[in-house]
Amino acid sequence: MTDQRDVILIGAGHNGLVCANYLARAGRKVLVIEAGERPGGAAASREFAPGYTVSACAQWLYQLHPAVCRELQLERHGLRWAARDLASVLLDTGGRHLRLLGAQVEGEGISSADSDAWRSFHGRTGKYAKLLAKVFEQRPPRLVESTLRDRLALAGLGLGLKMLGRDDMKDLMRIVLGNMYDLMEEHFDSPQLKALLSFDSVLGSRMGPRTPNTVFGYLYRRSGEVFGYTGAAQLQGGMGALGEALAASARARGVEIRLGSPVAGIDMRSGRAVGVTLASGEQLGAQVVVSAADPVTTFSRLVGYRNMETGMARRVSQVRCAGNAAKLHLALDGLPRFTGLDAAALGQRLVIAPDMDYIERAFNAVKYDGYSAHPAFDISIPSIHDPSLAPAGGHVLSAIVQYAPYAPAGGWEGPAAASHETHRECFTRLLLDKLAQYAPGIREQVVACQLLTPADLEKDFGMSGGHWHHGELSLDQVLMMRPFPGASQYASGLDGLYLCSAGCHPGGGVMGLVGRNAAREIIRRGAGA
Amino acid sequence: MKPPSDTTMMLRTPFHSRVAAACELNDWGTWKGYTTPRAYTDMELEYFAIRSTAGVFDLSPMNKYRISGPDAEAYLNRLVTRDISKIRAGRVGYTVWCNDAGQVMDDGTIFHLGENDYRVCAFARAIDWLHWSALGFDVTVVDESMDVAALAVQGPTSCAALLAMGLHGLEQLKPFGLVAFPFEGDTLTVSRTGFTGDLGYELWIAADKAEVLWDRLFAAGRPYLIKPFGSDALDLARIEAGFLQAGVDFVPAESAVRAGRSRSPFELGLGWLVDMDKPVFNGRRALLREQAEGSRYRFAMLDVDGNKPARHSFILRGGKKVGTVTSAAWCPSAKSNVAFAQLEMPHGAVGDELVAEIYYQRELHWTRVLAPCRVIDAPVFNPPRRRAVPAGAF
Repeated sequence: MTDQRDVILIGAGHNGLVCANYLARAGRKVLVIEAGERPGGAAASREFAPGYTVSACAQWLYQLHPAVCRELQLERHGLRWAARDLASVLLDTGGRHLRLLGAQVEGEGISSADSDAWRSFHGRTGKYAKLLAKVFEQRPPRLVESTLRDRLALAGLGLGLKMLGRDDMKDLMRIVLGNMYDLMEEHFDSPQLKALLSFDSVLGSRMGPRTPNTVFGYLYRRSGEVFGYTGAAQLQGGMGALGEALAASARARGVEIRLGSPVAGIDMRSGRAVGVTLASGEQLGAQVVVSAADPVTTFSRLVGYRNMETGMARRVSQVRCAGNAAKLHLALDGLPRFTGLDAAALGQRLVIAPDMDYIERAFNAVKYDGYSAHPAFDISIPSIHDPSLAPAGGHVLSAIVQYAPYAPAGGWEGPAAASHETHRECFTRLLLDKLAQYAPGIREQVVACQLLTPADLEKDFGMSGGHWHHGELSLDQVLMMRPFPGASQYASGLDGLYLCSAGCHPGGGVMGLVGRNAAREIIRRGAGA
Repeated sequence: MKPPSDTTMMLRTPFHSRVAAACELNDWGTWKGYTTPRAYTDMELEYFAIRSTAGVFDLSPMNKYRISGPDAEAYLNRLVTRDISKIRAGRVGYTVWCNDAGQVMDDGTIFHLGENDYRVCAFARAIDWLHWSALGFDVTVVDESMDVAALAVQGPTSCAALLAMGLHGLEQLKPFGLVAFPFEGDTLTVSRTGFTGDLGYELWIAADKAEVLWDRLFAAGRPYLIKPFGSDALDLARIEAGFLQAGVDFVPAESAVRAGRSRSPFELGLGWLVDMDKPVFNGRRALLREQAEGSRYRFAMLDVDGNKPARHSFILRGGKKVGTVTSAAWCPSAKSNVAFAQLEMPHGAVGDELVAEIYYQRELHWTRVLAPCRVIDAPVFNPPRRRAVPAGAF
């Protein structure tokens, strides 16, 4: 326990590696400890069938902050873009697809009124997203025990609101707590456009289009545009390439990364974090412990409820982190044929969500731990831009599917009612049936198939509840209330322990800002704080 | 315990039939939803029963929580400020517990009934907090407030009366000791505890045995001039003995609505109950900070000149308000005029000379006196018989 290292950082996910890197740049000696065999966390590429590799968790890059890319020299450390600014294509069984990229929307069902309305809506919400993005780039201000810095940050936010102008400020205040369904009804006629935008607002969350907070979810996603992503981007080698580049950049800065070393617990002495104990029993000491594991895992499992005070334990236990997104991975022996979609469009982001009620109904099922026969899809066929992901002639299809319960009655391996299948088999079949409505013949092309349920994602990527954002992104869990009041500004509320997971401000999505903000805060507070 | 009847919304304690028969004044007050007497016959006679013979008080409305399981000790150690491992089986400990902000939620007693088996007696309802606190611990938390009836038997002849009732060997029980007797096919638990500062005991019994306990106690206690007493007499006795009353001398933290109205253990003069050597307990972080930065308030016991109780008085120093009185009484046995005050720091050091601004009324005529007072370092009533083992045979 007499090591000279300053920081032990738990979890080599993208935020952990970003944080470690900035800490090392400030002269800290950092050891990163990772349970998995590869760096990147949820930014992972995995071979799920011989020769077929896929981004196993996050599949699109649309928010990675340009400052992180630039300052950590990720491109110098191997980051290669396979495609950028991909359009979103809302699929139609009859081939009347809708295509949306930036302020442009096209499709048979789009009237010129809708097209104009979209341009205006896009411009206005873009301004809101810009305001949000600015808040994302700094630590969240505290309200109660605020410092001058906090008050300045709040004043800055207030000023930013004022600068929107009277009408836009009023509009933002009016809509920000609301639900996407009503907002869409207010602005557009096209069911497809309304569905696509509201699907964006609920991705990764336990919300339907009619759920309050979905407007915030939409604006949150739109911050990607502020960071320079007009549409989704894709990396050469899949998302795992980001983990590798981040790890290479961190190592170049002197960060030591230990893979395949699960942490069993954070060692507390007199209420202070003094190091970690690995699953192997090895104990490692440091002045500061930083956890990039999600907050619920960090507090309930690594620290343990017994080592914190009741009020904190209660807040941890109340963090909402039920994930309802599953991943479907298909290995295909050829390029799938979607009705009415040309080959160029196949490489875009493909969405199945015909209208808002369709999404809402799919959400209804999950409230009762069920799944709908008509789920919504966010589809990527990355092998189009990056042939290295599949054997010659073959392709991989990766889809985020919503909604899937954490565990249906009896568990995913339990029997599905009125069939001889398990829930896993049944849900997979329903997904393929749905896909086949848009891409007839796809079932015959499937060489291998993998379904990752929220429970699988929790297990594979160490995310409590299988929630991508390490905790629901809703207004009661953002800013100084993320992950919970009393643990904001990356300080955990326990001495010597800091947080830098997506469960902190500004939250999930492969953005890198949590790691960057956390590192700055740790440096600001000085050694051992 | 009986459900509320159709004639009253108030709950009735398991002793209610006996209490109601004895309550000649019909002077009922409320205590956590129960109807309980403020006085039975005459408040002062009841007080003097506590100090001269034996008084009996029905404390069944007290909140009682049973904590059991392998982690019971660890759980309680995290919950309260004291080191629970020092309260051995068969012993009772007085303690406070705090929220994360280091503010006192309540004070109460913890009974170490047996291995991994405790009872927490609390002023405030705490079941939600106790359940939240159980996260991560292998314990069972049961609210047994309704199931356990309790009587306090307090005063010089209390031991003799209980011996006469057949509780053999009770005189050997040490203060804060705990012993069980078979009683009517059940178990009668007796602790040498109380809220009067005198020799005294508390009896704990299953609710359905309450009435027979009352009857046998009063039959055996007759030669010892045993007498029931109400909450007014208890209040006088506890002020004389220097005991704080939750809800009177401090606002339980979780029921304080306004910021800054709750108090830490240090601010209540209860720092001796805080064991900072424990690595984790509720409020520890905040209390460490308070130790470093200083407290806002200080609890002081005041000896006030004259015989006018300084109820609700402002406390002045050099004409400037430095605090307020939370409890005050003219104490007949100690023959002193006592007040408990919350003083702003740095006032309230032992020996400080202050002034109590007292308002009182005689036949609708209000008078104001500025009574000099000083901070004293110990309660005014603390007789040797309270601690003597074997207990005195008065």
